[in-house]
Amino acid sequence: MATTAVPQTGADATADAWDGFVTGPWCDGIDVRDFIQRNYTPYNGDATFLAGPTERTTGVWATLSAMFPEERAKGVYDIDNHVPGTITSHAPGYISEGNELIVGLQTDAPLKRAMIPNGGWRMVVKSLQTYGYDVDPEVDKIFSEYRKTHNDGVFDVYPPNVRAARSSHIITGLPDAYGRGRIIGDYRRVALYGVDALIEGKRMERHELDMERSVEDVIRDREENAEQIKALNELKQMAASYGYDISGPATTAREAIQWLYFGYLAAVKEQNGAAMSLGRTSTFLDVYLQRDLDNGTITEEFAQELIDDFVIKLRIVRFLRTPEYDELFSGDPTWVTESIAGIGEDGRPLVTKSSFRFLQTLYNIGPAPEPNLTVLWSNRLPDGFKRFCAQVSIDTSAIQYESDELIRTSWGDDAAIACCVSPMRVGKQMQFFGARVNIAKALLYAINGGRDEVSGKQVAPVSAPVVGDVLDFDDVSAKYDKLLDWLAETYVDALNCVHYMHDKYAYERIEMALHDKEILRTMACGIAGLSVVADSLSAIKYATVTPVRDEDGLVTDYVIDGDFPKYGNDDDRADDIAVAIVKSFMEKIRAQKTYRNSLHTQSVLTITSNVVYGKATGNTPDGRRAGEPFAPGANPMNGRDSHGMLASAMSVAKLPYSEAMDGISLTSTVVPSGLGRERDEQITNLVGLMDAYNVQSGYHLNVNVLNRDTLEDAMEHPENYPQLTIRVSGYAVNFVRLTREQQLDVLSRTFHGGL
Amino acid sequence: MTTQTTGAPVIDLGVPVIGGSHSRSSAGTAGMTTSDAERSEKLSQMRAGELGSLHSWELVTAVDGPGTRMTTFLSGCPLRCLYCHNPDTMEMRRGEPIGADELLKRIGRYTKVFEVTGGGLTISGGEPLMQPAFVANILRGAKELGVHTAIDTSGYLGAHCSDAMLEDIDLVLLDVKSGIPETYKKTTGRDLQPTLDFGRRVADSGTEIWIRFVLVPGLTDAEENVEAVADYVSTLSTVSRVEVLPFHQMGQDKWAALGMTYELTETRAPSPELVERVRGQFRARGLTVF
Repeated sequence: MATTAVPQTGADATADAWDGFVTGPWCDGIDVRDFIQRNYTPYNGDATFLAGPTERTTGVWATLSAMFPEERAKGVYDIDNHVPGTITSHAPGYISEGNELIVGLQTDAPLKRAMIPNGGWRMVVKSLQTYGYDVDPEVDKIFSEYRKTHNDGVFDVYPPNVRAARSSHIITGLPDAYGRGRIIGDYRRVALYGVDALIEGKRMERHELDMERSVEDVIRDREENAEQIKALNELKQMAASYGYDISGPATTAREAIQWLYFGYLAAVKEQNGAAMSLGRTSTFLDVYLQRDLDNGTITEEFAQELIDDFVIKLRIVRFLRTPEYDELFSGDPTWVTESIAGIGEDGRPLVTKSSFRFLQTLYNIGPAPEPNLTVLWSNRLPDGFKRFCAQVSIDTSAIQYESDELIRTSWGDDAAIACCVSPMRVGKQMQFFGARVNIAKALLYAINGGRDEVSGKQVAPVSAPVVGDVLDFDDVSAKYDKLLDWLAETYVDALNCVHYMHDKYAYERIEMALHDKEILRTMACGIAGLSVVADSLSAIKYATVTPVRDEDGLVTDYVIDGDFPKYGNDDDRADDIAVAIVKSFMEKIRAQKTYRNSLHTQSVLTITSNVVYGKATGNTPDGRRAGEPFAPGANPMNGRDSHGMLASAMSVAKLPYSEAMDGISLTSTVVPSGLGRERDEQITNLVGLMDAYNVQSGYHLNVNVLNRDTLEDAMEHPENYPQLTIRVSGYAVNFVRLTREQQLDVLSRTFHGGL
Repeated sequence: MTTQTTGAPVIDLGVPVIGGSHSRSSAGTAGMTTSDAERSEKLSQMRAGELGSLHSWELVTAVDGPGTRMTTFLSGCPLRCLYCHNPDTMEMRRGEPIGADELLKRIGRYTKVFEVTGGGLTISGGEPLMQPAFVANILRGAKELGVHTAIDTSGYLGAHCSDAMLEDIDLVLLDVKSGIPETYKKTTGRDLQPTLDFGRRVADSGTEIWIRFVLVPGLTDAEENVEAVADYVSTLSTVSRVEVLPFHQMGQDKWAALGMTYELTETRAPSPELVERVRGQFRARGLTVF
């Protein structure tokens, strides 16, 4: 539904820009979905129409590629340590001036990172020191004395229980020292309407707000609205510095991509959010590309070249981050997630030629982790597109898949993925990113009466520890249930503090300017260690588990006698335990009051933090040793899923999406020959597997098609594999940029030979 | 690499990985309830085909037939192949007693998977035809569910396969372990003829066949042995592909674990050239070879 009228300023120019488009409600109010539905050209064919890279594309990419080794070696290529980044802070920058079709960089030079201190000045200082840059005393003074940051705000208000839970690593990764991210501006609006119309729309929203009484909520909305309008003006100014007037709508495909990219660029110039996702742009842009192709003003080769050049820009988004951050989210990810394909509510696939063109960039400029290309998969997608996806996965391992069936039925057909697995309606919904809690450690707390199994400290409230020689399933379950009550309460407390302060000190002005006035906010909680807990409780229930206590009576180890069902084998006995945990923790989260009345959701996702969580967690009753990594996301534990990749996936697919609406992540690695004897058969079989997972209501699937030998060789000779991309729980990384520990973790994961 | 009766699992020759995954211990019978009937009752149930001895199951793709398949490995085999890499399936007593109903329930869970992947059920072993009544029941039940069916067999017990059972089989994975009777005997401890008879019968019934041949240097690799297999195979009209499976040493530990003597300790994996030569021998007869 249109919520904002499009003003009639510059009506003639607008009419020209929209020439040839089918009109509808999108002309009278901001409604990008309506525009797409009325104007896109579905494509049911195969990949044969695609064009290769032009010499220009290859040249621009080569210029950048020559800079990557230095960046990899130093950790950063360069930092501007004097001017904090804002939308307008930096002069125009180019990779190869005059030779780029789509222009714009975060700073005045490629790969040069900006300081973005509003999230937290300490984080910036630490990063500067790590990479050997001076801290500018002037900037230091501003952010220490005059300007409070989000990070300062959060630590002013954290209660002691949150601090304790945080420092004992039962709650970790909270966005309390850096930008929260996972907000997608509807950057398409910039192209379709032009910035003036968007400003006018925001002014009209302001009039509505001015009619309300000045109570706290309304005052906050007005201030945010004022910031949004300022940001939109800065966006115009920034584009003007590159020689573009984006006050009106884009008139050509090249302009549409450029306008859209300026919107996105403004966002990444002033926010270093953990995930800065792009949205769902390919089919939108296809409308413009198709119009120009039909008019004969561009060729297929040029259409592809535009997309290639756009994607090159998206590949070099960079943020200044600390080594601790890298340990959590390794490989320098930015999660420029682009959601592709899916099916419309009217049953027409949203696949266009540009859906193919985005994937084709993985051939034209080689595999890469960013942008995080995400296919919204349905077994109803056209066969030609499905086969192309499977082929690209086999060749590059660079695509992730999410269930369009689950996303569309919950969030409609214009939703996109933020970060790895978080779906949201574009321009109508945002989330408060909540990182995750360590529910495996929570189980150990329950056994130990609230004490930490590593430090011995009392972290959770004192409760009765387990007594006796053998763990009893009902006893442990009851204790765990109580402990999770405390954890949910503490967790949401922490998140409320974090997001209150983020809104106050590091508000996403430009991203929110590209949203409706009334939006849905979700409080996106998360859990890590699901498979450890499921297997531990299964061991306690089906085998005999004897706790081993130290001299202080703290249980530090477990002796397991007998076999027990393991999560990941499509065995209901173990899988039902995992389902029950997800449901129960979600219920406990729902009982908490949330900041801005946001809707409670949770994810089962760890990204690469499964390694760090494992490191901080003692021996567990499933036989996992202290310090060993957890399985990533909702994956079964490494090597315990012994009935084939699909049986493993089917266990994961049992986790109910309604109880984890922020996403459930599964990463699977297969060897190419495990998919079939020849390429055609491999493609057919991979399509079949993804269809099978889709119809079983599997939510998310990362597919790596790799030989173990390749990875081992890449560890030894990283210089030979600059572009080796693998999927890790929700995003893709350059394998050679992972820490050695994470590389070893990837190697130890179950490789499915025969699937 | 474990649960695969017929020949060679993983080998780094740029040739396909066969069977289950590399790094696992036994897949096992997760998700199925084992029978706790008394011994005498068990025996009568087994005779009636209501109860079978199951080693493990897996969902596999691109091996054991087209699409994604549930491969069930039964326990018990009349052959004693020197290169067997699943010696733990040789004896029926090492399996888990599983009811036909229980197994069919599991198969029923995957009908959608079979449908979208073009897959189905493959009964492997051990030797499926060691438990003909049980296998007949499972095949009948699978057909009633509309599932594509395959059996993976040496054919040695082909006489146990009734015409009715054959009706319920869509694809036979026939392991022809050698073409010269003496070599066959040396390799498996048994006679070749029953395999040849069974293959002929299957072909005459119009049922599709995939041939498998395990290539073991010094044992099955003689040119004339391969010629004999290829000659025979070329006379079977329903063969749609031949898979040459290179031998490797990954089953070796299991023999030791079972306290059995393994005779191929010194045998090396075949060279890529040898694999190519053997494939060429089949290809020369117009067969589709992998």
